[in-house]
Amino acid sequence: MNTVIEFLQTNGGEMLALTGQHLFITLGALFLGILFAVPLGVILNKVPSKLGNFVIGIVSILQTFPSLAILAFAIPILGVGMFPAIVALFVYSLLPMLRNTYVGISGVDPALNESGKGMGMSAWERVRHVELPLATPVIMSGIRLATVYLVGWATLAAFIGGGGLGDFIFNGLNHYQPEFIIAGAIPVTLMALLFEFILSKLEKSITPKGLRNLTA
Amino acid sequence: MLTFEHVSKIYNGENYAVKNLSFEIDRGEFIVFIGPSGCGKTTTMKMINRLIDPTEGVITIDGHDAQVQDAVQLRRDIGYVIQQIGLFPHMSIQENVTLVPKLMNWSKEKRKERAKELLALVDMEEEFLARYPNELSGGQQQRVGVLRALAADPPLILMDEPFGALDPITRDTLQDEFKKLQQRIGKTIIFVTHDMDEALKLADRIVMLREGEIVQMGTPDEILSAPANAFVEDFIGKDRLLQSRATVQTVEQLMNITPATITETATTSKAVQVMREKRVDALLVTNEYGTLKGYVDIEMIESHRKQSENISDIHLTTLHTVKKDAYVRDSVSRILKLGVSYVPVVDDDMRLVGILTRASLVDLVYDSIWGDEGAAADEQEAVLEETIL
Ligand SMILES: Nc1ncnc2c1ncn2[C@@H]1O[C@H](COP(=O)(O)OP(=O)(O)OP(=O)(O)O)[C@@H](O)[C@H]1O
Ligand SMILES: [Mg+2]
Repeated sequence: MNTVIEFLQTNGGEMLALTGQHLFITLGALFLGILFAVPLGVILNKVPSKLGNFVIGIVSILQTFPSLAILAFAIPILGVGMFPAIVALFVYSLLPMLRNTYVGISGVDPALNESGKGMGMSAWERVRHVELPLATPVIMSGIRLATVYLVGWATLAAFIGGGGLGDFIFNGLNHYQPEFIIAGAIPVTLMALLFEFILSKLEKSITPKGLRNLTA
Repeated sequence: MLTFEHVSKIYNGENYAVKNLSFEIDRGEFIVFIGPSGCGKTTTMKMINRLIDPTEGVITIDGHDAQVQDAVQLRRDIGYVIQQIGLFPHMSIQENVTLVPKLMNWSKEKRKERAKELLALVDMEEEFLARYPNELSGGQQQRVGVLRALAADPPLILMDEPFGALDPITRDTLQDEFKKLQQRIGKTIIFVTHDMDEALKLADRIVMLREGEIVQMGTPDEILSAPANAFVEDFIGKDRLLQSRATVQTVEQLMNITPATITETATTSKAVQVMREKRVDALLVTNEYGTLKGYVDIEMIESHRKQSENISDIHLTTLHTVKKDAYVRDSVSRILKLGVSYVPVVDDDMRLVGILTRASLVDLVYDSIWGDEGAAADEQEAVLEETIL
């Protein structure tokens, strides 16, 4: 117990700072990802399905690259630091969100779209009032998945000088200091659990009421 | 109000879904499109609100070419009930019903007011407003689907088999309800079905389609009395042609005006006495103003004999009724579907005015086949009963 307190007294400040960076990297990549993947998933449903499947295919291939490789690729293009790390992780997080948005929206009953159209809803009104609400549960589960991955992947940011709790973990590994590994791993795990908890609550609250008892 | 001029829809350069349609529809008319599956009913309807663009020809609404108007605006001015109902599962009934008003930026209060008004039209309670579509029965959903099309008070409403997926009795009730509603609100309605009974019951004019072309267009009476060709005859069906003599006859003309009745204040022993005199085993019960309350039969009286003195103490069974000014042709199918041997006839205030028996319907069909002479042969009657059932 004493050693823990001692460790925190000397390294607590840095740990807090790294946790902050970690959070920033995760959220940064996540927001970029949502901003990009959700609209793209919506648009891909409006174009011929061949093109849609093609884009999803490309993103799936990106996903199969090892995450370290993506980070390594980022260096020559974007340099080192936090920003390149965020961009690389964003690319990596696209797939679950894009695929779920695409699938969720293409799964909307065509009869509902047609009834909306027939009543005089414009294309945008149908996206806003019909497609997105109906696809919410599927899109949200994509976002949840991506977030939990991102919290883990963000440790790799340390490799390209992006900071975050990865600094602790990799220093610990390099210098055989298990206390640093633990001090990095525990906040990461807690953060993942916390996100999972918050997002599942959020998912419940933004899923339209009429759909909640349907999915059971 | 609505005209088609040489309108065709061609798929893949050669397949005519609809071929050279020309017709004119007046304001306030109830038009029913009917024909076998794949004959182009839905295509015709969707060309009106531009969900499908015609390949050839011109469609005008109130004198304006539909094709040059803004499609979204055009659709907001036309009510639309799709073949699959299409209520939005994530929206409450209120949100569903007032969707078009919302798109048109009506205020919240006004929308709520309108939703209540609409539900009242079909006798649904206000509490339904907060429910979701999956919490409604099929019949209630179809009612809501129809109300949604009425919400912004469009002058023209398109309905694609709106009562398609219902059991015969619910369907029957909804048709009655809807016909009454239409007469009250005076909309122009284009209605698609492949059920001839439905068409005859609802239409001012029927448009018969076959493989994308009009075979015959006319009032139900015209079509029944002068089918254009063998296809129309087949589609109408032999049974209906036989009954067609009944199409212009009202229930009132055919009913028996001396049903066996008793007032609810009478005693049970009085009821038994009446049954004996009239040689029947059931009586229609009315109150002192002649309003129909139900019926009692001998078994019900038997089981209550000890406890109750008066008919009013017995829990009466309620009955399906017909209005005296309904057409016989509509009632024929209803009586047959319900499988009862008679139906009480009432006026608009639910006062009992007579009774329509299965036997009198049989007589009617009889007359139309053999005229007045052959009405005696018992075995023929038996055969006929069978064909009707
Ligand atoms: N997108 C399309 N491409 C090719 N052919 C089509 C298309 N849509 C409809 N058709 C054809 O046009 C014809 C008319 O179809 P429509 O949907 O209007 O029939 P309908 O009378 O409404 O039938 P139902 O009673 O089964 O609903 C059918 O033969 C159908 O196969
Ligand atoms: Mg159809």
